[in-house]
Amino acid sequence: MTSNSNIVLTGYIAEVTRRRLYNGISLALFVVILASGFAVAEDRNAGGFLAGLTSLGDFPAIVLKESWTKIDEFPAHFITYFPALMETLNIAAVSTLIGAIIGVFLSFAATRGLAHYPAAIPYIRRLMDVMRAIPDVVIALILIFVFAGGVIPAIIAISFHTAGALGKLFSEVNENADLKPLDGLASTGATWTQKMMFGVVPQVLPNFVSYALLRLEINIRASAILGFVGAGGIGYELRNTMTWGQGKYDNAMAIFILLFGTIILVDQLSSMLRNRLTGKQ
Amino acid sequence: MATTITPPIPDEIDRLFRRKRLMSLGLPALVFAYLVVVVFALGIPEALDRAKWKNASILMSDAISYKTILERQNRGGAVAVSIENEKSGTYGENNWPSWIQKDGDIIDVSLQENITVSINEDIVTLDVPEYGVIRTEISRRGLKTDYPDDADLPLWVNASKTRFTAVLPGGRLTITKSKTSVFRYAAGWELFFFTMDSPYYGKSNGEIIGMMFGVGEAADGQSHFLAIVNDVWNNKIWHHNKVAWAIGETVLMAFLGTVLSAIIALPLAFLAAINFSPAKTVRFGVRRLFDFLRGVDHLVWTIILSRAFGPGPMTGALAMLITDIGSFGKMFSEALENVDNKQIDGVESTGAKGIEKYRFGVIPQVMPVFLSQVLYYLESNTRSATVIGAIVGAGIGLLLTQAIITQKNWEEVTYYLVLIVLMVMVMDYVSGKIRGWLIHGSD
Repeated sequence: MTSNSNIVLTGYIAEVTRRRLYNGISLALFVVILASGFAVAEDRNAGGFLAGLTSLGDFPAIVLKESWTKIDEFPAHFITYFPALMETLNIAAVSTLIGAIIGVFLSFAATRGLAHYPAAIPYIRRLMDVMRAIPDVVIALILIFVFAGGVIPAIIAISFHTAGALGKLFSEVNENADLKPLDGLASTGATWTQKMMFGVVPQVLPNFVSYALLRLEINIRASAILGFVGAGGIGYELRNTMTWGQGKYDNAMAIFILLFGTIILVDQLSSMLRNRLTGKQ
Repeated sequence: MATTITPPIPDEIDRLFRRKRLMSLGLPALVFAYLVVVVFALGIPEALDRAKWKNASILMSDAISYKTILERQNRGGAVAVSIENEKSGTYGENNWPSWIQKDGDIIDVSLQENITVSINEDIVTLDVPEYGVIRTEISRRGLKTDYPDDADLPLWVNASKTRFTAVLPGGRLTITKSKTSVFRYAAGWELFFFTMDSPYYGKSNGEIIGMMFGVGEAADGQSHFLAIVNDVWNNKIWHHNKVAWAIGETVLMAFLGTVLSAIIALPLAFLAAINFSPAKTVRFGVRRLFDFLRGVDHLVWTIILSRAFGPGPMTGALAMLITDIGSFGKMFSEALENVDNKQIDGVESTGAKGIEKYRFGVIPQVMPVFLSQVLYYLESNTRSATVIGAIVGAGIGLLLTQAIITQKNWEEVTYYLVLIVLMVMVMDYVSGKIRGWLIHGSD
C-alpha cells in the first residue's frame, strides 16, 4: 500500500516538475521574444524610451499653459470651429448611412437561406473581409489624388469600410432570424425583395440599428482622423493648429475639447438608444 | 359566441396602421431629405467639379500596368530603353525588346494597331494607318510638324512650337526640343522578381524552378537556389526586403502594444474589481484611470507620444499600449468580478495564502477569457497598426504613405494594399484558430 502510494507520489512529483520546467521554458522564451521585440522597436525609433519618458509631460504642459493664459478666447474658438465639427459629424453620419445601406444588401447576399444566389455566398464573404481589412485612411489618401482633398474621399473611404464591417455583423444577425415567416410569405407568392422586406427586416431591424449606431461612434473618430491626413473637417483644423505650434495651442486645445466632448456625448446618447433597442434597460 | 366588436378597437387599429404607414414612409423620406441637405451642406457638387477624373484613370492603369520608355536625348543623340525609367530596369544596348528595331541611325518602334514611330535623328515620323503620317522636325528654333491634311488636328494630338504629344492606343509619343520619348504600356508588374541586372532576368518560371532545385552553380560559385533567393529579396525596384521588414514592424507594433498592455492591465484589474479591491477609493480611482486611458483617442496619444519619443515603431506600440490598458483593465476587472468564489475557498482550505490564492484560485478561471480577448485585440490592433504607422512613420503604413505621396507609384500602393489585406487575414485566421483551441480544449 505505502509502496503503491510512493510510486504515485514520485510519479506525480516528476509530472509536476516536468510541467513546471516546460512552463518555465515557455515563459522565459516569451519574455525573451517580448524584450528583444521591444529592443528592435526602440532601436528603430527616433528617440529612446527612457529619454522620452522623462519628457512625456513637456508637450501637454506647454499646451495647457498656453491654453490657460488665453482661456477667455475659448468661447470664440468654439464658435469658430463649430462648422468644422458639423462637417466631421455629417461626414460620419452620411458614411454610416451609405455604408449601412450597402451592408444590408451585402448581408442578405451573404446569409444562407436568404441569399438570392447561394453559390455567391463565399465570394461575398471574402469581399467583405477585404473591405474591412483595407484601412479607411489608406483609401482616403489614394482618393485625395483624384478629388484633391475635401469631404468626398472621407465619405467614400468610411462608407467602404463601414459596408464591409456592418455587412459581416448584419449577416450574423440574419443567421439568427427565424425563417418560418419566409415560408409563409413564399406561399402567398412574394418575390425575394418582398420576402426580405416583410419577413426578415422586421425581425432584424432593432439589431441592425443598434450596430449602425455603434458604427456611428467609431466613424466620428475615423472622420476626425481622416481630417488629420487632409480630408476636411475638424481633424484638418486640428492638424493645422498643431503644425502651427506655439501661439495656436489654445486653438488646438479648444478643438480637442469640442471634438472629444462631442464624441463622449454621442457615445452616451447612442449607448442609451442601443440599450433601449435591444431591450436592456 | 360572436363577440360584438366595440367601436374603439377598429379606431385603434386604424390609428396604429396610420402610424405604421407614416413610419415606414416617413422614415425613409426623412433619411432621404437628410442626404439631400447634407450633399449641399458639404459642398459635394463643387467638390465633384474639382475632381480630376484624368488622375483616376492614371491611377487605375498605373496600378495594373507598366510602361517601357524609349528616350532619345535630342542634344547629343544618346538613346536609352528602360522600364519606368528605373536604373536597374534599363535594357542593355543590344537587348532591346523586339518591337524596337535599330537600323543604323534610324530607330523604328511599333505600337498597337500597326502604328509605328520612326526616329531618324531630328526627324520623327508617326505613321497611324487610319489617319496618315505626321512628320515632326526638331531644330534649335523649335518643332515643325507636318500633317497629312491641313484640316483640324485629331483629338489625340496636342501640339505647339515647343512640345508635341500624341496619345496612342497602348502608348504615347512626346517630342520636345531636348527629348523624344515613346511610351509603350503593358499589363502586369514588370521586374517583380528579377531586375535586369540579374542573370535570371527573362527566364521562364519553369527554367527558374528547374535551376533552383537542379544541379549547377551561379557565376560566383554560389548555388543557384541562394543566388535566386538573393536576387528576388534584394530586388532594387520592389524592395522586397524592406517591405518584409515593414510588415514585420507593423505586426511587432501590434504584438508589443497588445501583450504589454495586457501584462500591465492584469494587476490593475484586481484593484478595480469589487471583490478583490483593497478599498473603495482605490477601485474608484483605477476605474476612472481606465476610462480616461480608453476615452482619449488613439490619435491624441499618438500626437503626445510622438513629441516625446519621436517617430518610429516604439511610439506606435506605446500609443496602442496606453489605450489598450484602459480597454483590457475594464474587461479584465469585469471578468474578475464574475469569478466563482468556491474555487478560491477550496484553494484557501489547503493553506494557500496571498499570491498563491490568486495564482491557483483565480487565474485558471479567468485565463481563457483573458487570452481570447487579448487575441481578439491583437488582430484588431494589426489593422490599426497600419494607420498608426502612417502617423508615427513606421512599418507598412509609412511605405504606403510614401508611395502615395509620389503620386506615380500606384503599382507599389496596390502591392502594399494586397499585403495589408493578406496580413490582416492571416492574423484573423491565426487568432481565430488559437481562440477556438483555447475555448474547445486542446486537440
